[in-house]
Amino acid sequence: MNYLVRDVRPYGEGEPVDVRLVDGAIAEIGTGLSDGDSRVYAGGGAVLLPGLVDLHTHLREPGREDAETVETGTLAAALGGFTAVHAMANTDPVADTAGVVEQVWRLGQEAGHCDVAPVGAVTVGLRGEQMAELGTMADSAARVRVFSDDGTCVSDASLMRRALEYVKAFDGVIAQHAQEPRLTVGAQMNEGVVSSRLGLTGWPAVAEEAVIARDCLLAAHVGSRLHVCHVSTAGSVELIRWAKSKGWDVTAEVTPHHLVLTDDLAASYDPVFKVNPPLRTAADVAALRAGLADGTIDCVATDNAPHALEDKEAEWGAALPGMTGLETALGIVAETMVLPGRLTWRQVAERLSSTPARIGRLEGHGRPLAVGEPANLCLVDEAAPWTVDAATMATRSRNTPFAGRSLPVGVRATFLRGTPTVLDGAPA
Amino acid sequence: MTAAPDDPVQTPPKTVLSGADVARVVDRMAHELLEKTAGASDVVLLGIPTRGATLARRLADRVRAFEGLVVPTGCLDTTLYRDDLRLKRPRPLEQTQIPPEGVDGALVVLVDDVLFSGRTVRAALDALADLGRPRAVQLAVLVDRGHRELPIRADYVGKNIPTSLRESVHVLLIEHDGRDGVELEVRR
Amino acid sequence: MSRHLLSAADLTREDALLVLDTAEEMALVEERTVKKLPTLRGRTVVNLFFEDSTRTRTSFELAAKRLSADVINFSAKGSSVSKGETLKDTALTLEAMGADAIVIRHAWSGAPVNLARWVHGSVVNAGDGTHEHPTQALLDAFTMRRRLGRVEGLKVTIVGDVLHSRVARSNVLLLSTLGADVTLVAPPTLLPVGVESWPAQVSYDLDAVLAKSDVVMMLRVQRERMGAAYFPSQREYARRYGLDVRRASALHDDAVVMHPGPMVRGMEIAPEVADGVRSTIVEQVRNGVSVRMAVLYLLLGGASPAIGGDA
Repeated sequence: MNYLVRDVRPYGEGEPVDVRLVDGAIAEIGTGLSDGDSRVYAGGGAVLLPGLVDLHTHLREPGREDAETVETGTLAAALGGFTAVHAMANTDPVADTAGVVEQVWRLGQEAGHCDVAPVGAVTVGLRGEQMAELGTMADSAARVRVFSDDGTCVSDASLMRRALEYVKAFDGVIAQHAQEPRLTVGAQMNEGVVSSRLGLTGWPAVAEEAVIARDCLLAAHVGSRLHVCHVSTAGSVELIRWAKSKGWDVTAEVTPHHLVLTDDLAASYDPVFKVNPPLRTAADVAALRAGLADGTIDCVATDNAPHALEDKEAEWGAALPGMTGLETALGIVAETMVLPGRLTWRQVAERLSSTPARIGRLEGHGRPLAVGEPANLCLVDEAAPWTVDAATMATRSRNTPFAGRSLPVGVRATFLRGTPTVLDGAPA
Repeated sequence: MTAAPDDPVQTPPKTVLSGADVARVVDRMAHELLEKTAGASDVVLLGIPTRGATLARRLADRVRAFEGLVVPTGCLDTTLYRDDLRLKRPRPLEQTQIPPEGVDGALVVLVDDVLFSGRTVRAALDALADLGRPRAVQLAVLVDRGHRELPIRADYVGKNIPTSLRESVHVLLIEHDGRDGVELEVRR
Repeated sequence: MSRHLLSAADLTREDALLVLDTAEEMALVEERTVKKLPTLRGRTVVNLFFEDSTRTRTSFELAAKRLSADVINFSAKGSSVSKGETLKDTALTLEAMGADAIVIRHAWSGAPVNLARWVHGSVVNAGDGTHEHPTQALLDAFTMRRRLGRVEGLKVTIVGDVLHSRVARSNVLLLSTLGADVTLVAPPTLLPVGVESWPAQVSYDLDAVLAKSDVVMMLRVQRERMGAAYFPSQREYARRYGLDVRRASALHDDAVVMHPGPMVRGMEIAPEVADGVRSTIVEQVRNGVSVRMAVLYLLLGGASPAIGGDA
């Protein structure tokens, strides 16, 4: 089925145009295009962006299908405007072999809501001891290029150095979850004024920053690519800015929740606000927004982390860390970055599509809105505020920290290679 | 809610006993106490806070003035024994002070300002039972306004004042109110 | 509305004074032949203890029984809790059994706050992780007032493992509400990052503050902290921060020494000081019952609570 998407504004710029999608690619862009044999979809003046790409998603399958499956997680992604997500390796079994990554990749293809690019574990079982078969995963059908032990840090400096070096052979990247383990034993929340009062063990900013500094130096030393996951502190932004000023190949992501939520929310002891790395202070939030605006932080990645009810409806200390984020990411970015004028929609397209696709070496995604490019698209209604309701989201889990919050923009439609996955804000 | 036109207009409080009347009445009660208890030799006066406690001290003062006898005097808070606790927020407790002699074997005279439903006295009797075993218990009140809800009566009454349930009785004492007196007010 | 005592910060100055005044009256019950009041007859108080604490549990139990409440002791050991039942399931079970109040001791900070969201009855925090222990702070303030006649204006020095101490957190909050002047003394490793935001002074030098102190409250220091490098040895800790006989002699004549127990004698406090005339340690235990009676009465004694915070 070919589509003619009428009345959309590429990157939110200029007058509305019509876009014809034929055989999974953009065939024509212009005004007053004829219907021809295309099915017509009224864009209603929506902002047209390339389909969003998430470098950091937990889909929980295999292992915790009660919390999320590839099917439900990718549907949530499509509803959030994503056409590709990177699925983190901390499943059960861990995605540390070609077999597991191929299984996850195939489940994504079968679901058909968005492409799933599996992330391979850096070390066997995420144990931080022995390097996993990174090359075999790279050569598999899943074409793994991003490797991460996310959830835990590759804290052994020697192992990290070797991993950074080794992936050069297939243009891979190590995505580091920067957390010095000895500085975060039993850590529950950001260490500071709020933790002192709540009696929750602190997760100090330095535990993140020390690892980022070390990894930047290691990447420079061996001439490798480093990607820093979920940067959460002002100090981390400064370190990455410094590394980039040296010309080192370091990239970084920030999550939507770290762009807006702060550690004082922990005072409710409601574990929906427990996340790793933890929510930080207002000064950190300001530095993250500035870093994302000036390009120090390359992209937004959700760290979407669905959890079953019983893992969140518990004491703070017993609850698992993590928040869902796929369906709310674009709204939070609009609220914190676009509406206040920190980013244009074209820059949003870079930070949520082209840059993450480039970091992940993901072909066919994050491409320009131009004739001949893959028809992976996202339509954003600029004046369509909606209220987040945890109970009605596509994700199987309910741990959104934004329940009840009004978000300023909504995803109107998503197209994956010319086929709609979402129309009028609902699954197509 | 708007007031109906035929609602009674709030009337100013009516004085039932003047300051001088109160003094006379307390004097009389002290005399009666001495008479009925054959010299008050084993009497312990326990006032129910706050005005009952003050009245107990006044009675003790008068007995001392008439007979030179020091009557052990204290106060007994009944709050924790009340049967209406669950009807309102917990109230602050008043003082309980039992004379060092204790109450065992004594003739305890409970003193309160107004006797109404009898529930406070019931609570005081329960409280007293947890403090010891008096030989007997009597009750002295400045005003008995009727409307008993329990089989309780006073042994010494300063003044019987028949009231309607729409009226409030205010006992005023210098120690609390700056002047002595008893007033009757119609509640709206 | 469901009302609770979760944090010392729930108490206004008026609330706190009401608890202390009520506790004074409750203390009289100790001197009577019949040590029982009918006030909470027909009410059910559950002691839900996920951590062993015979002392605190017994104190709450006695307080509830003195007020004629029915008391259920529900300890996590040997119950379904250890078989994976969640706190929420436990809470709903206890509520179904008709608990009017749940007194909870839990190893995780904030667990009483979570519990309060799941039940309609009152929740009393009997110590949660390294967060708070509000009734301990109330009994400490009560003890100070009985010994020294007031709390306002007292110079109170709290010494020891402030970082891990729920007693310290609740005391700092309550004592500042009541107008005392609190100084925390500890090795820097045992003070939390962010302590500068607390309503208290901080010192690393015990000798420098002792002479000015009206109250010295010694906190327990667990030997396990040494393993985590909070301080090098018991000997060095005792030398720098222990209240030994020499240091105690620097106190002015009326100053008192407090300890929430259990003590590590010879570590944070010398036996001669713990057993000396300045020590209020035994009084604190006795006062604990009176203060907890007051709290239970003020939360449960009427149609709605007279003190405490909303969940």
